[in-house]
Amino acid sequence: MKIAIVDESAARASIIEEGLAQLDDREVFILTDRHGLLARIQEIAPDVVLIDLGNPSRDVLEEYFAVSRALARPIAMFVDESDDDAIAASIDAGVSAYVVDGLSAGRIRPLLDLAVRRFNAFARLQTDLAEAQGKLAERESIDKAKRILMDSKRLSEPQAYAELRKKAMSSNRRIADIAEALITAHDLLEGN
Amino acid sequence: MATRDLTIGFMPLVDACLPILAQVHGFAEEEGLRLKFIRDVSWATVLDRLLYGHSDAAHMLAPLAIATTLGLGRPAQKMAAPFVLGLNGNGITLRTDLAAAVCPPGVFGDPRAVGAALKLEVARALAQGQRLRFGVVHRYSSHNYKLRYWLAASGIRPDVDVEIVTVAPPFVADALASGEIDGACVGEPWNSLSVERNVGTMVLASAQIWRRGVEKVLAMTEATLDAKREETEALIRAMRKAGRHFVDPANWEQNAAILARPEFIGADPVLVRRAISDRLVLAHGMAPVHFADFMFQYSEAANFPWVSQAAWLYSQMVRWNHATFDAADVARAAGVFRPDVYRSAIISTGDDLPAANSKVEGSVSQLTQVGTQQGSITLSANSFFDGRSFDPDRIADYLAHDS
Repeated sequence: MKIAIVDESAARASIIEEGLAQLDDREVFILTDRHGLLARIQEIAPDVVLIDLGNPSRDVLEEYFAVSRALARPIAMFVDESDDDAIAASIDAGVSAYVVDGLSAGRIRPLLDLAVRRFNAFARLQTDLAEAQGKLAERESIDKAKRILMDSKRLSEPQAYAELRKKAMSSNRRIADIAEALITAHDLLEGN
Repeated sequence: MATRDLTIGFMPLVDACLPILAQVHGFAEEEGLRLKFIRDVSWATVLDRLLYGHSDAAHMLAPLAIATTLGLGRPAQKMAAPFVLGLNGNGITLRTDLAAAVCPPGVFGDPRAVGAALKLEVARALAQGQRLRFGVVHRYSSHNYKLRYWLAASGIRPDVDVEIVTVAPPFVADALASGEIDGACVGEPWNSLSVERNVGTMVLASAQIWRRGVEKVLAMTEATLDAKREETEALIRAMRKAGRHFVDPANWEQNAAILARPEFIGADPVLVRRAISDRLVLAHGMAPVHFADFMFQYSEAANFPWVSQAAWLYSQMVRWNHATFDAADVARAAGVFRPDVYRSAIISTGDDLPAANSKVEGSVSQLTQVGTQQGSITLSANSFFDGRSFDPDRIADYLAHDS
């Protein structure tokens, strides 16, 4: 079975490819370039095409599939209505699938399930990364705010942190927000 | 009154303006609604989100809503369009050198003259073994059908003499620059971007092909419309208010700035303002040209979903072999447009409502007062450039003319 993964994110495409390695009898092609996409698809003649929902080439691809109905191996959208839950899950995960006519649902389903799991895993990785980066930035702000308090009010580091924490609790805000506010105020007063 | 949420899908185009402005200016809130938006870069994804419940309603190509109802390319799902988001607003932009050969740069050409000149260029290319290639935004789009209508009436056979391919709107300028396409029919601000980058010259407005041609609609699945009927009617009233705000010159600057934001269109507000104000720069470095009704979002009951407009789109699907003619499908296609919902939303406001749900398209050549259910409506010319008219009750005759 030939599977084409169309994804402008090479990182995500390789995570999906890795997932599909669990399947027997599969040949995976990764297409990350928008230019020449249809020519590549034509050349590969895939049985299944997976494409992410955020890909601007989807309409181009669907047009090609609509026209391809005249070809020997027409590709349709994954349209087995009995499998609507699987399609809904794939849309929720952010991937859509197109399948060559006549491929049995029994062969498509495990493939789609894997793709969905991989897409979700990738989304989780992204969230984790964004969170980690966010936490790092917060940590830097808090350190900076502490230094401002230590210098201006001659406090020790634990005292400076306690001040921030007290203010956060009394105003029902996060310490990082208080730290940001303090830095902004300090910048304004210092004319930075 | 409790605030109810509606999620709206859209593509980054100026004609997504009405729901966006309804939210930003508080018209939605006045109707007890809070609108959330999901921006996508393909119509396929806008449609998937509608069908699988990520969104309640969407800014959508009218023919795509019809194609989905008819089950073209995927299993049929009943769609409903209770509100037309606007008429026209698209342009035809050609590669700079090709444009110069068919039309004086910087002014809108005469569609007949430009068509005749283009026919010569098409023949010249064919003699060299090349077919000119035009981009449209989607297979099932009014862009595709209006471009084909104009080409065919100019003696240029789509799919035979020229090729028509799909190009996503934000990539039209790139495709012109790389020589992937020789011309395109696309909405704003993407013609203006091509002009700005000096990779294309706009030669025609879609309004010159059909003066009052339907463009995007607010589309929903029929099931969502039934489940959220009250919210939908509230949204229709909010969008009428947004339309009145949109066409007022006093608001152009502000609305261009809002629509240009990255979460909406994500483009230069100067370019967005050109479409809003009907003042387009057609060729790089030239002065703007005023073309009244380039976009048409409010007056003459522009948002009323005339079923005859849906029927015309269906006739073109048949004409270009996207659908096979079937009398039952005419009714299904026309039934996507829901004047009944529009009427029941608007009736309490006293806003203009026509008496009929259908009209002979292209039959008005001068200011004409039409019968109304309430208010007063004077239609101005709604002609097709070749002077033909479309009677929705005689689709077979209309199509026979072209075969």
